[in-house]
Amino acid sequence: MNSRPVGQPDNMSNESNADGPRDSRRSPVVVPGEDLGSAEGVEAGHGVLVVGDRVKSTKQGRMSRKGNTISVTPLHTRYMPRPGDLVIGHIEGCTNNIWFVDIGAPFNSILPMSLGPAKVEFGGTRKVLDIGDSILCRVQEVEETHQSVVTMKGMGLRKIRSGALDELDPHLLGHLIGKGGSFLRAMKMETDCRIVVTDNGRLWIDGDLENILEVRKRIENISSEARIVGVGA
Amino acid sequence: MGGYGDVQMIDENGLRMDGRKPGDVRPITIETGVVPVADGSCRMVWGTNEAIVAVYGPMEAHPRKIQKQDRAVIDVAYNMAPFSTTDRIRPGFNRRSREISKVTKDALESVVLLELYPRSKIRVSIEIISAEAGTRCVGLTAASVALADAGIPMTDMVVSVASGKVNDVVVCDLNKEEDNYGEADLPMGILPNTGELVFLQMDGDLSPDEFKQAWDYNVDAAMQVHKLMVEALKGGANQ
Repeated sequence: MNSRPVGQPDNMSNESNADGPRDSRRSPVVVPGEDLGSAEGVEAGHGVLVVGDRVKSTKQGRMSRKGNTISVTPLHTRYMPRPGDLVIGHIEGCTNNIWFVDIGAPFNSILPMSLGPAKVEFGGTRKVLDIGDSILCRVQEVEETHQSVVTMKGMGLRKIRSGALDELDPHLLGHLIGKGGSFLRAMKMETDCRIVVTDNGRLWIDGDLENILEVRKRIENISSEARIVGVGA
Repeated sequence: MGGYGDVQMIDENGLRMDGRKPGDVRPITIETGVVPVADGSCRMVWGTNEAIVAVYGPMEAHPRKIQKQDRAVIDVAYNMAPFSTTDRIRPGFNRRSREISKVTKDALESVVLLELYPRSKIRVSIEIISAEAGTRCVGLTAASVALADAGIPMTDMVVSVASGKVNDVVVCDLNKEEDNYGEADLPMGILPNTGELVFLQMDGDLSPDEFKQAWDYNVDAAMQVHKLMVEALKGGANQ
């Protein structure tokens, strides 16, 4: 048995287009600093940099070309918040009128008292949400300085009181959800669990303990398979 | 350093004590994703050196006073395990580990696109499991691979190699005896795609010609090591 992982450099240079246009799964893996070709007539997308007249990758990931835009989809990355994202956050701290929420991004978010789950008296933030609590919330605003504000005003946004939480790399959520939500729907049916998948890669799973463990096992499988280059992204 | 004149480390055929030619590099193995909880990690075996590097972040920088408003900070912690050498090392930080942490941090700061993550922190932990010679080079090179594995944007990967002088012969990638009893040591950090230099230290004396020879050895070796780093990141086993 060939024990070498799938994406070998020598078997990635398959130039044949007989099987149709390449999708991102088949595109080559590139590493930081790798030359991706001439910058003439090319627009730099995510994960690339134009240095002189050459385009260079800044991340380890799969190169994709849409029109004349070259970008690199990283194999592994941190969540970057965008307005409107549904996220699960952990309360990390609070002041008299603000909670600080860890949403798995490089920068903590704030949840102002006015956007909290209930009417809160000034100074009474810890009575409503204490440090260590987990919440289902939505990113309301991301500033230029990357500071973000989350809100709990909205349908279904609440404090999480039951079930289990798990994590998956945000870029692997597609593998979990499937086309049109098919994989996720199937998993919900098979395991009889309530599963909420959020944009920051955190999942809330509620149901019987055995079923929760089954869901977590499947998520772990997706995560470990993605570590083998050739399956991820 | 300083030379044991009577210790013969290069034989009459020009071979070194471990059978290598002057320009040869020790065998290298690189593996990524070895620390599952980390955002990126790397295990590098370089001769009998072994380093494990874990990268966490970018994350909120704590305490707040270390935050930079316009860029991220890199927090490098280089540490040698107490059992990594024949003499037990007292656990914890010492002057040497602080110095190596600092030079590694400076080298990495020149390639990581820090301005993309203002006020945040990238934590790099370098743990030396087995030490022979050139652990700062192994640590810095492995840290580059781990940062790439963590998806941190970088303009290039730093490759660090050391050359030196033994019995008046310039040799590449010193082993323990050559490092201890040799006459000079020149570790360098090179960006293989641009040929830029981001880290240079020197211990001992080298003439301008010897310095040029050591420089050339380091650049050649860096290109070889870079190929292995790329292979490891692209999923191949190597050497």
